[in-house]
Amino acid sequence: MTDRPSLVRAEGLGLTFDVSKPWLNRLIERRPKQFLKAVEDVHIDIPRGKTFALVGESGSGKSTVGKMLVGLLKPTSGHVTINGEDLFAAGRALRRRIQMIFQSPYASLNPRWRVRNIIAEPVRAFNLISGNGIGRRVDELLEQVGLTSSDGGKYPHEFSGGQRQRIAIARALASNPDFIVCDEPTSALDVSVQSQVLNLMKDLQRDLGLTYLFISHDLSIVRYMADRIGVLYLGRLVEVAGRDTLFDDPRHPYTRMLIDAAPRIDGFGREAGQMTGEIPDPISKRTGCSFHPRCPVATDFCRAEEPDLRVIIAGEAEVACHMVLE
Amino acid sequence: MLSTRNCDNAVSVSPILTVSDLIVEFPTRKGILRPVDRVGFEIDPGEILGIVGESGAGKSMCGSAIVGLIDRPGRIGGGEISLSGQRIDNLSNDRMRRIRGKKIGMVFQDPLRSLDPLKTVGDQIVETIRTHLPVSAAEARRRAVAALEEVGIPAAANRIDAWPHQFSGGMCQRVVIALALAAEPALIIADEPTTALDVSVQAQIMALLKRLCRGRGTAVMLITHDMGVIAETTDRVAVLYAGRLAEIGPTRDVLSNPSHPYTIGLMTSTPKPTGGIERLSQISGAMPSLRDIPKGCAFSPRCGRAFAPCYRNIPVLEPAARTEVACWLYDEEYAKDAANLEGTGHD
Amino acid sequence: MTDTNKKGASARPVFDDDAPASAWTRWRDTEIWHSYSRSPVIVTASVVFVMLVLGALLAPLISPYTPFDPGSLNLMNGFTKPLSANEFTSDFFLLGADDQGRDIFSTILLGLRISLFVGISAVLFAMTLGVVLGLVSGYVGGWLDAVIMRIADIQMTFPSIMIAMLLYGIGKGLTPPDLRDEMAIWVLIFSIGLSEWVQFARTVRGATMVERKKEYVQACDLIGLSRWRIMFKHILPNVTGTVLVIATISLALAIIAEATLSFLGVGAPKTEPSLGTLINVGRQFILSGEWWILLFPSLTLLALALSVNLFGDWLRDALNPKLR
Repeated sequence: MTDRPSLVRAEGLGLTFDVSKPWLNRLIERRPKQFLKAVEDVHIDIPRGKTFALVGESGSGKSTVGKMLVGLLKPTSGHVTINGEDLFAAGRALRRRIQMIFQSPYASLNPRWRVRNIIAEPVRAFNLISGNGIGRRVDELLEQVGLTSSDGGKYPHEFSGGQRQRIAIARALASNPDFIVCDEPTSALDVSVQSQVLNLMKDLQRDLGLTYLFISHDLSIVRYMADRIGVLYLGRLVEVAGRDTLFDDPRHPYTRMLIDAAPRIDGFGREAGQMTGEIPDPISKRTGCSFHPRCPVATDFCRAEEPDLRVIIAGEAEVACHMVLE
Repeated sequence: MLSTRNCDNAVSVSPILTVSDLIVEFPTRKGILRPVDRVGFEIDPGEILGIVGESGAGKSMCGSAIVGLIDRPGRIGGGEISLSGQRIDNLSNDRMRRIRGKKIGMVFQDPLRSLDPLKTVGDQIVETIRTHLPVSAAEARRRAVAALEEVGIPAAANRIDAWPHQFSGGMCQRVVIALALAAEPALIIADEPTTALDVSVQAQIMALLKRLCRGRGTAVMLITHDMGVIAETTDRVAVLYAGRLAEIGPTRDVLSNPSHPYTIGLMTSTPKPTGGIERLSQISGAMPSLRDIPKGCAFSPRCGRAFAPCYRNIPVLEPAARTEVACWLYDEEYAKDAANLEGTGHD
Repeated sequence: MTDTNKKGASARPVFDDDAPASAWTRWRDTEIWHSYSRSPVIVTASVVFVMLVLGALLAPLISPYTPFDPGSLNLMNGFTKPLSANEFTSDFFLLGADDQGRDIFSTILLGLRISLFVGISAVLFAMTLGVVLGLVSGYVGGWLDAVIMRIADIQMTFPSIMIAMLLYGIGKGLTPPDLRDEMAIWVLIFSIGLSEWVQFARTVRGATMVERKKEYVQACDLIGLSRWRIMFKHILPNVTGTVLVIATISLALAIIAEATLSFLGVGAPKTEPSLGTLINVGRQFILSGEWWILLFPSLTLLALALSVNLFGDWLRDALNPKLR
């Protein structure tokens, strides 16, 4: 992975929230400050034109990582570089090259704006085109996502969920980005519409050479979209591997559980392997591997010592587990 | 119109729930909308029937109609619902309230909708047991602890006096299941019971529901949009589209050998967990709004195989292969036309 | 965890609106028009309000007399009864005349003008101030939010009429004595407006805090739009519904506040009387039997405040379907 040139690179990314009570309460109750490590020591490399997927359950910090990669949240440690430029030091020219597609097709479009203006906003904000050119560009974008130029005059509420997500994609494309973070873009859509949107995103990637960070909790969608997958658990990457390696030969016990627990459309009468427990409260203190309370193969060493991501197959699979051998 | 069943073991067991030609109507200024239009199915004791469909297909409305909880001004506009041989669609609100809880247990997507935040978990279960079963307070409490143990709540005897907010989402849903089963109902209606939960918890909850209902012979109507959950949990499945039944049959047959073009589309547009597909097939368009359901078959504008009768008449449920399908392609009279059309180069 | 917003567990079908049509037919089709046309009370209230506004606007044209032109007054007309002609001058008075021989109908029309002008201007002032402070408070947050909201809290602990009186006193003290009568109206607008901004600020702040968490605002952040553009171009259009409702209800409050101040003699001057001033004048004659001098201005004020209030209540319900 490391020898290929990467477009997006995150190193040692971490975000800690101060979730302490107000100082007066702390003083009275004699409690120390409390911190929530939402994301810890995340490394991501995405080569140009590829899709990296982040998988995890709620509370795993996958959306938080996505927001840090587009600059909506500032990490408390580590840094993000796009094509070698530091994201948080760079100016607007770099911002143009990063976009995001959000989860909710309802909240992500301003209900009081016409579609035409929603899509034109990034074009205007970055002064990409002026005058009549904007209108032509908007029409072009609408057609690119499978809508017509007459749709531009309507308001978002006149469209179905799938069409709204197309509009959101058109807005994301408007600034000619290289890198798009897709945060659960189809989880609010129905199956028959979901495939339309996923196919559209694949087509656009091929035609425009886009690079995606694809965030999802749905393993079958991830398998369809991603080239490389990172599995997050409580803010830490537990396994990073190429798509087929991850699905055919999952190594981390959590990845195995996750794959096993996902319902399968061909799993008639299958009893999913009994995954135990739930994701614990991330504020609570823990030692050792964060997965050890739910892990079937945990040892005393796992409970004491936190594992780091280790390369298992060079350039292909990295796993953070003491029990996985190289 | 009771659907004739071609399930192998359906010899002479009388069904727990029989729904026939159910119509739910919502009068609006612009005419009457039908979120559920002539839907019929049965559920046997111990059987799990899946109701699957996309948003707006009317699946939740079906469940609400059965338990008599349709929001006003909606109403049941036709058809019959019978529970263990007794008609329940024409009962008064009071009598229906007694049936809910006693004979029909309910599990919703949001556990907090079923739990009272101002009462402890134990009190709620004890109350349900004592309302419906003639047992003493001590006995009811003993049973409540047993029920919580059964749904896998650790240290049930200690946690019985905990409040709903002290439980996580998955634990809450377990409590709801214990509550739904407390009065030993004949039927459980589970409406998207795991949609709000994580995958790992979803698997646990589905397994639990399956195990408990199988063990007691409770019939389950499982409403969901997730084909994977349907495949793994249900015995038979009914596919709804725009308020109408598109296909119904044994789960394995409907999912691995679907006949209705909509079911086929659903199955091929769902990404396979086994991968190996470079491009998903897609159904064009979206589910029609209830205000303008197309004439004839509701799916016809999105269907790649639609032909003349599809645009004129609403198809009725007829046996085809191993399932029952509402599609003109499987009508004997039209079969020849359809075959000709297929021959001329449709996919 | 993620698609909770898709699967409504509610037993209500999804109704989407589509059908492009002309603006008028679309309007005829909206829930708002529907609920309006179905409610006779609201139709009556709005007709009354429109008539009062028209009367105020057209006052110079339709008032039969010019009561505040000292040259046209005839003291002989004093205390003429309603619907009668004066026995000496044979001038006819629809609603009677006061002690100075001024036509009550004309003074009401002109008073209405002042009342409405002060009320509407005060609300516009309060609205501008409140919306801007509310947006800033809700969007920027931090210490700025804390400061604005603490000021609002303090102001809320005093009755707004007291604030208005206090501000009016200060304002009057600051204006040069020879300009006092001319400036009185503006000081009035300023003091009433400043006593009403809190409602706007609080509601807009709340609505802004809801909106700023929505993803369309994040999409704006992503392309580096300025705070001001996000606040005024993106968030403001989404909070106008609530602002409109508060504006209507505040209008009724402002009209009453103005009337109260004028009745207490600290509002509109006698040379430019508002409805409140007229009621104050009429108060002197209630015991001597000239009831019409008090009654008709009071009824007009009642009709005005009531119609605006009813309209505001209806608007609040119509724009917020959850309440129905």
